[in-house]
This record gives sequence, C-alpha cells and structure tokens, in this order.
Amino acid sequence: MTEVNLTVKERMSIPRHEMPLQNPVVRAHNFSEVALGYDLETAMAEAERCLQCKNTPCIQGCPVQVPINRFIMALRAGDLAKAAQIIKEKNNLPAVSGRVCPQESQCESRCTLGLKGRAVAIGRLERFVADWDLQHSQDQIEKAPATGKRVAVIGSGPAGLTCAADLARQGHSVEVFEALHEPGGVLIYGIPEFRLPKEIVRKEVAYVERLGVKVHLDCVAGKLYTVDELLHEQGFDAVFMGTGAGLPVFMNIPGINAIGVYSANEFLTRINLMKGFRFPEYDTPVHVGKFIAVVGAGNVAMDAARCALRMCGLHQDGKGSQKPEVHVVYRRSREEVPARAEEVEHAEDEGVQFDFLTNPVEILVNVSNVVTGMRCVRMQLGEPDASGRRSPVEIPGSEFVLPVDTVIMALGTRANPLTSEAAPAVERSPRGNILVDASNGRTDEPGVWAGGDVVTGAATVISAMGAGKRAAADIDAWLREKDKDNSRLPLAV
Amino acid sequence: MFKIIEKQSLTPNTDLMIIDAPEIARKAAPGQFVILRKDETCERIPLTIADFDREQGTVTVIFQKVGKSTRELGELKSGDVIRNFVGPLGKPSTIKMYGGRVILVAGGVGIAPVYPIARALKDAGNYVYVIMGARSADLIFWEDKMNAVCDELILCTDDGSRGRKCVVTEPLTELLEAPWITGHVWAIGPAIMMKFCCKTVEPFDAPIDVSLDSIMVDGTGMCGACRVEVDGQMRFACVDGPEFDGSKVNWDVVLARKKVFSQEEQEAMQVWNREHQSEHICNLESAVRRQENRRVLPLAGD
Repeated sequence: MTEVNLTVKERMSIPRHEMPLQNPVVRAHNFSEVALGYDLETAMAEAERCLQCKNTPCIQGCPVQVPINRFIMALRAGDLAKAAQIIKEKNNLPAVSGRVCPQESQCESRCTLGLKGRAVAIGRLERFVADWDLQHSQDQIEKAPATGKRVAVIGSGPAGLTCAADLARQGHSVEVFEALHEPGGVLIYGIPEFRLPKEIVRKEVAYVERLGVKVHLDCVAGKLYTVDELLHEQGFDAVFMGTGAGLPVFMNIPGINAIGVYSANEFLTRINLMKGFRFPEYDTPVHVGKFIAVVGAGNVAMDAARCALRMCGLHQDGKGSQKPEVHVVYRRSREEVPARAEEVEHAEDEGVQFDFLTNPVEILVNVSNVVTGMRCVRMQLGEPDASGRRSPVEIPGSEFVLPVDTVIMALGTRANPLTSEAAPAVERSPRGNILVDASNGRTDEPGVWAGGDVVTGAATVISAMGAGKRAAADIDAWLREKDKDNSRLPLAV
Repeated sequence: MFKIIEKQSLTPNTDLMIIDAPEIARKAAPGQFVILRKDETCERIPLTIADFDREQGTVTVIFQKVGKSTRELGELKSGDVIRNFVGPLGKPSTIKMYGGRVILVAGGVGIAPVYPIARALKDAGNYVYVIMGARSADLIFWEDKMNAVCDELILCTDDGSRGRKCVVTEPLTELLEAPWITGHVWAIGPAIMMKFCCKTVEPFDAPIDVSLDSIMVDGTGMCGACRVEVDGQMRFACVDGPEFDGSKVNWDVVLARKKVFSQEEQEAMQVWNREHQSEHICNLESAVRRQENRRVLPLAGD
C-alpha cells in the first residue's frame, strides 16, 4: 500500500467519519446489531486523521493502555494483522471494548484533535481491527515457557477473562470458574445482542481459551468450592476473584413484588442469556406489556428500555393496536444521566421517552397483584451535597400516576452475597465490596486478588479489564518471587 | 454434560433421575437444590436435591411433569445427558438435635426434599415423625425409603385410597395436641399446603420451616426473580432460602408470584403438544417444527 504523506493541517481538515447505523424505525423491531461498523475504506480514511502525537495523550486515557498510535499506524500502512497484534499486546477483548467502552470519557477525551474539533474515532477503529482479526486471525500466539504455577480465576466476566489471559500468556496454568452456563459475565447476560453480538463474545472467549485458559462452567463459588479449598486442597498457587456486582437493588416501595416488576438483571438475563426474545423456540419466557417504565438512567437502564421496546415490537400484531410506550423514569435531570451519551441518543431515536426529575413512590396493583400503574412524584434539584452532586428533592403535591403494566428496576447492583461465602476471610466494605490495594488488586488474604465490579461496585467493562490486568501483573511477579524464595530453601531429604 | 445414571417413573406424573455429578454430591446437604438445563434451547429449572451419594458421586432429583420443560425432561432415559447441572444451591436445612420430636410434612412431590432432611435429623438423634400426603395412592412414592429414616410415618390421601382419608393438617394438629414437646416442624409441598400447615402450627407456638419453590432463573442471587417477603423484608429464595420461618412468610406474595408467567407457560405447552401430536417424532422433525413455531423475527433490512 502506498504511504500517504499528509500535513498536520490536511489531517485536521478530514471530518470524523460517522458509523453507519441501522435505521431506528427498523431496528426498534429487531435484535440485530445497531452500529454496523466501518468498512476498510472508511477505517483507513479515519486512521489518516491521527496526528501521531509524540506524548500520546490518548493512551493515558485508556484503562489498559492500548498502544493506540502504533495500531493506527499499522492500520494506515494496511497491515491489519499487525494492527490487531499491537492491540492484543494490551487488550485481550478488543472487539468487546471497541463496542462498549465510553470512549468519549476515556481515550477519545484526551485526543489532541478533540481539543479543537472532533477526536479520532479510536473505539470504532479498534472495533474494525478486532472484527477483521476475528475473521482472519492466524493466531500466532506467543507465550512464555510454562512456569508450573496454577492460578484459579473466579468469574468469567471482563475482569476474570483479562486476568486469565494475561496470566496464561506468562506461562501459568489458569483455570476459570464460572457459575452460569456460558462464559462472559455481563457481556453475555447483561449487554444486549443489538449492542454486543454474542457471537463476538464467544469468539473472544475462544481466543482466551486458545491461550491455554481452561474454563469450568456451572461452578458456583461459595457453594461448590471456597477460595480456601482452591488454595489449600486443590493446589492453586493464587486466586483472582472477579465475581462482579450481580445483586440487584430494588426500591423499598409498596408493590415492589407485584407481577410485572422485574430487576433489570432478571429482564436482561431472560432476554440475552436465555434468548427469551426467541420464545417459544427458546423455552425461557419474558412477559412484557405495552406500557413499560424503566427506573434509573445508567447503561443498564438504557439496555433494558431498548430491549423492552424491541420485545413490544416483536409482539405487536400490526393491526392498529395501541402503540407500545417505554419510559425511562429518572429522579435527576438530563445532565446527570450516567449512561453513555451514544446509548441515550440511540434510545431516543428508537422512541424511548424520558421522564426526568421523576421518582416512583408506589407501584399500583389490581386484585391479582398485577401492576396497573406507578405513582410518581416530581423532583427538583436541591443544593449540592458533600459529593458535589445536587440531590433531588420531592416537590410537594406533585404526585401523579403513570399508567404502566411493566416496571423494570435498573437502580444499580451490589456485590453478590455468595462472594462472602466463597471467601469469608477476605476483608469487605459494609456494602460487601472486597477491599484491595488499588494499585495491584491484592486483598488482605495472602494469595488472593480481586478486581472489577466486586471491588468498585458496578462500573465499566474496560475498568474491570484494567483491574484484571493490574492483578495479573502482580500475581505473575508474586509467583516468580515466591519461586525464587523456594529455590533458596534447602531441599528436603 | 451430565450423565443420567438411572431413570425411574415413580408415579404417573413423577419421575426420578440419578445424575452423575461427583463434585455436587461431595458438597450437597439436605435442603439444597440444583438448577438444570436440559439442552441449548431449554430453560433453567430448579429442583430440590432428593438424595445424594458421596461415594457413588451421584445426585438424585425428582420432578413432577407439570409443564413443557418437565415433560421434555421426562422423555430422557438412562444414559442420556443433561447439558447443565448446577449446585448445590441455597442454604442447607438446619440439622441438629432439637429435643423432643420433629415433625416433617411432605406433600406430593415434596416427599423428595423431605427425605434427606428426615434422614439427617434422624442421624442427629431426633425422634422423627413424617406425614406424607397426596391426592391419591398412585401419587405416593418412596414409602419404604421414608419408613427407613423416620420413627413414625403417617400416610394420608385426599380420596382415602391409601392411609387416612384427610389432608395433612389433620394428623399435624393431632401430633401438636399430643403432650410432647415439638422441637421443630417442616412443611414442604405445594405453597397452599405449606400456608395451611403454618396456620395449623401457629396456635401451638412450634417453630416451622417451609421450603419455597419460587420461580428462578440463575439461582445464584443475581436477578431477584425468586424474591419473597419474609418478616416484611424482601428475601431471595435462591440464596437466603429456600427454607424460611413459615410463620413470617407473606403467602399472598408467594402465591401471586407463582403465576407470573402462566400465560407463557400455557403457550409453551401448546407448542409442545403440537410437536408431540403423533406417537413418534424423530429429533429432526421436532427441530423443524420448533423452527416453524418460532415467532417470526424481522431481520435488519427487512
């Protein structure tokens, strides 16, 4: 391929390339991926925008420090295999992170081009390279010689998979224990097909397995085994806990146990993991009405709202029956919405309605305990609290009833109580999160590391991957140090 | 994949399966359950552990063929495999010497979970009464097995075709009225039976545990599908239970939440019936019918 020599000014004059999307009217009725990805030509053209800054601010913004400048350079030279190889030096799941990372607040937020115009579309380029790699990969896997050390990883979400892959690359023998019947954690049960196709997740997990990682499914930590047993009976040298924050939080309001009230976790698990959107071909049912309220405004709320909209679309008979309505009910205002900007836009384009400064106070039910409505109160933002956030305050006398037949609670999640059964001795916060040294993921128990949502509470996929990576580096160093110590000991006679 | 070592038909609508699952057998305790998924397109269903053998490495489950998934499960034979088998889940029953006697009420398929609890209580030195109830004689199973692990077994059927003609609360009342200290009561069976057992026990002030068979998905505490209200608090049956203090359970919530998917359950059953109209359908044909029955999903660009 011929090298294009452009001046900085010329590069800066190239407009950022938009991602082709499925038409909102069409996509509101299907579970196929919304963002269609760049083609080679667009990717190459977008890559030309990168100024190849010497100080690479973009890399500082990436939680796993992908060598962004180098992979974009390889892409520009047309060497896609090399570009993929460069990304994989640091990122074991690039097709996932390229899709679900909030790039606007990470790598792309630091891009020099973003200071005056629009940042290089780093996420889209990463996704393009990773997708190409999944189709063409020859998998030239380079691994360190076997160390004979065994590491157990609990949980196969982004933190666990990243930690496992990095350790396997260092020559350790790694086994992952997963409670569900498919690996991937939130990538499989939480994030919907239209945002992250499960085929992509499966291929990325397969890549991790090709690195030599053994994945045990249907193994529930705390029930089938404990961390103590892994270390002292099963002969593992170290354990990494990446069990996530999977315990849903419900509001303590009347009617919360009514028929038609789901946690977002249940709703999304039924649809994504169990393929409830293909009922009755798949057995798992999902009951969705026509007027749905999703409470909360994080990424999980957006996923639930957009899934609900699609489920309504699938069930519509098209004979002029009442149009389904999906409302996102959030107690703060638009500015405070924690979801990714792009997800909010996509939800709005698809027809999700947003009720800001609104808080539910009661779920109304009929005699059969089925949801008939949600009594809400209007809110206003008060004075900033200690954390600097303006907390919402009820407006007296502003109560009204939202006529809904389905309510999905997406108020966040906490660490699963089974985590404490798996590792009773590991120190935890009052909320149940595992306490670690943030720089390396060490818990107060020797030989036990933790990372991802189980430490931070519900956060992002990439921050979990970053935590898995830091822990893997520390576990590797620790195992090698331990080996040195052992070799100094006199041999038993 | 988990192999079915043995398959038996216990009653016209109840089957038993002994599954090769050494890891689970090693850890299983009375009161716990497993979640299984027969195949790729199947749902995850919870079943209480009816028995386990640590030496043989097996776990026994018993299920009533009430809907599509359990009927499909009932078609499996010895030697077949089950795709996923997860456990042991939930908290074990509290087994100890209670002093006085313990009374276990087992209704219908509830006989299965009561068996290992009775055995463990007997081993712990308790004087164990078991009241076994069913609609009719042909629905009673494991009578001999139960006899071997309790001190006194009282049988009753709704129609009097076996044992006494009464509901389980009748012998329960009599036992409670007898001048003996009751250390603990368990009631396991249909929700409505457990509710009435709790009502029966209430005036006698004896502690009673029930095992709630909520609708479950993952069984590990991540979704709250199985949530119940106990003592005014929301609890998850899969991790906080399945056994709870029966006197504190809000039965209205338990009974209502069982019906969450009744419409879809019927629909699945109809589809299954259509697939099984003729005597023999090969797997291929059944797969084709499955495809035909799926809701038409418009794809991108349609």
